[in-house]
Amino acid sequence: MTTITPQSLEVPARRRGTGTRATRIIGLATIVMIGWLAVFGLLISPADRDQGDSVRIMYVHVPSVWLAYLAFIVTAICSAIHLFGRRHSLGVDRVAGASAEVGVVFMAVTLVTGMLWGRITWGVYWQWDARLTTTALLFISYIGYLAVRGLEGTRQQRARRSAVIGLLVVLEIPLVHWSVRLWRSLHQEATVLGTDLDVSLDGLMLFSLFSGVVAFTLLFIWLVLHRSRMLTMIDLAGERALDEALASRISEGGEKRA
Amino acid sequence: MRDAGFIIGSYLITLGAIGAFAVRTLRLGRRLADSVPDEDKPWL
Amino acid sequence: MAEVSRFDVAKAVFVKDLRVEIRSRVLVNQILPFSALVMVLFAFALDATNVLTRVAPGLIWLAVLFSMIVIVQRGFAVESADGALEALQSAGVDALGVYWGKWAALVVQLVVLEVLLVATAVLLYGVDLRAEGVVLLVTTSISATCGLAAVGTIYGGLAAGVSGRETLLPLLVLPVASPVLIGATRAVEAALGTGGTAISEGWPWLGLLSVFAVAFGVGGSFAFGPLIED
Repeated sequence: MTTITPQSLEVPARRRGTGTRATRIIGLATIVMIGWLAVFGLLISPADRDQGDSVRIMYVHVPSVWLAYLAFIVTAICSAIHLFGRRHSLGVDRVAGASAEVGVVFMAVTLVTGMLWGRITWGVYWQWDARLTTTALLFISYIGYLAVRGLEGTRQQRARRSAVIGLLVVLEIPLVHWSVRLWRSLHQEATVLGTDLDVSLDGLMLFSLFSGVVAFTLLFIWLVLHRSRMLTMIDLAGERALDEALASRISEGGEKRA
Repeated sequence: MRDAGFIIGSYLITLGAIGAFAVRTLRLGRRLADSVPDEDKPWL
Repeated sequence: MAEVSRFDVAKAVFVKDLRVEIRSRVLVNQILPFSALVMVLFAFALDATNVLTRVAPGLIWLAVLFSMIVIVQRGFAVESADGALEALQSAGVDALGVYWGKWAALVVQLVVLEVLLVATAVLLYGVDLRAEGVVLLVTTSISATCGLAAVGTIYGGLAAGVSGRETLLPLLVLPVASPVLIGATRAVEAALGTGGTAISEGWPWLGLLSVFAVAFGVGGSFAFGPLIED
């Protein structure tokens, strides 16, 4: 019979998740900055002389694409640190994975908002110019990178494979960009379609764009912190499940022998 | 505002998609938190 | 025991791969018919003959890419079926030698494939080969093939011995290989004079293809070892 002690009656405190004081502060700042961005981007900043109100899409489109590229740079750097560092740290590998996941999400919304913007300014959703095409191929390549992370194998195997793939994508980007640029420069009819997305920015517009960059940078940091902690817990939970399964098999074996 | 649907739509898509991703991450984190002891979480 | 040099390893892997191929005849009996079939299907999809002549260079390289995926899958399925790659690893065989051996075997198979596809384009699509474009055609094909084989061997090695590789390989290879598709298509268009293009327009593309081949040849040499080791 089990004895009832005061300790066993105590409700266990809820285990803490991926949040800490730091992430809560960053999260709060992110929400404030996004509200700020929405007010400035949609209401206060003026319409562009040439583009009209459609320039407002830029305040979310440009920050998201910058942060997506930054995310992939972080992934590449972490991949290099994992591969060439002496410790072959799994923590760095998880940051690389978390950053790539966040980058893929940012890249997806970038492509969608870019198409909406293109539909208004060019009249078509897509143009085969170097920037757009490189971005689209990069997006697919990082989906492939995440698929490699999902392959079976030990965590060290996963980390090494994905680090190599993360660096190979970096090799791929300039070649894709170069080839598409060379290709499009031979097809002059592409430029007939219209203006470039570049606009001349006045003070308030520049400020709105800057707000967007700050908001998205905070968002990126918050997401990567939570995401990499979550990936750590997935690994640990998987390890514990394996340990438990092994322990039960061992005890089963012991009973059989007895 | 001309093309208001496109403009507001692009804000909603951006914030909605990233927000959904954030919520999913938080939820998964909370659920996993029970199966991992606190001493294995270096960020705490 | 005498030390086996890197070149010997590459040569042994190369000879072994081709011998497996000659005995099983998978390339001749399955992959070449498949690629010819793809060319026929393109004709069904695109209908008019003058369209086909215009787009023939692109279709040739598209068929090369798709067939290469099949060849690479097969080439590494042979290795992983009985854990041969792992056995080579644990025997301490030089990974770089394995990489270049597999690369060379893939190059040979792709060249056979390309000759067949160009012949198919001449016969079925009414493409005319012009004598002055032959040098560009041959050099383009060689440099494009070297680049494609480098990419195919890297990702084939990654996917070997892992479940789910059949679906993963095209997702990894095709985005990386897209500069080759663009470059080789334009260069072959110039070599054939498709749409009135001059031969001189093809040379910048040859530059791109060569840089691609060197970049991924070097990249693959570094990447292959870490990818297959456990």
